[in-house]
Amino acid sequence: MTDGVTKTKEYIRPMPTNWWLKRKSYFMFMVRELTCLFVCGYAIFLLMLASRLGDLDAFTALLKDPIVIALQVIALPMVVYHTVTWLNLTPKVLVIWRGENRVNPLLIAAAHYLAWFAVSAVILWIVSMYR
Amino acid sequence: MARSNEPIFWSLFSAGGVVAAFFFPITILISAFAVSCNWISAEGLHELAGRPLARLYIFVLISLPLFHWAHRFRYVALDLGFKGLKGVLPFICYGAALLGTGLAAFILGWG
Repeated sequence: MTDGVTKTKEYIRPMPTNWWLKRKSYFMFMVRELTCLFVCGYAIFLLMLASRLGDLDAFTALLKDPIVIALQVIALPMVVYHTVTWLNLTPKVLVIWRGENRVNPLLIAAAHYLAWFAVSAVILWIVSMYR
Repeated sequence: MARSNEPIFWSLFSAGGVVAAFFFPITILISAFAVSCNWISAEGLHELAGRPLARLYIFVLISLPLFHWAHRFRYVALDLGFKGLKGVLPFICYGAALLGTGLAAFILGWG
């Protein structure tokens, strides 16, 4: 001990790797966190699709590839789960006061859900113009 | 308090989370089913995707969600027991997101 620092042996509680299987709430937390893999996967798909913008045949082939469609069918519910958990947290992040009264958290979440539906409808409408 | 890059990465995580939450479901629905179910022709979707605003949309939908993944994956990997990767994970994750952003900018800007 020449540096004058006392080294203590701190106890680190062992954490089994399968801790998240022990309770439903832990499991749902892990599902939520793992939705990021599908977010990443779809971003990679968009990158692939973008790289085929110069070649209509390759662009079409990717969109019609059964494996790519199957992966998107799996990704869709996972991404929707991300959306739902994300929007359900909005009232916790966004606390709005009107004078003395706190705006109802349900109202804030509902406004975000409404915005999600509106944005989705607008995108669908834009795409429908290219039919 | 120690200086840290955490606020930058957390902001990107958060922005990517919002973008993925609002735009991914409908975009997946379109890319998975619109052409394969003959609701729109591949030519039509190709024409739309090539427009400047659509290119910007696709760029944003690649870049920010990649940073969302990077931040979440960095921590979930530790939760799943990959403690040995603690030092390299930030570089791998944020590096991959940065690489994807650069690639997207290159492909969509000059492609």
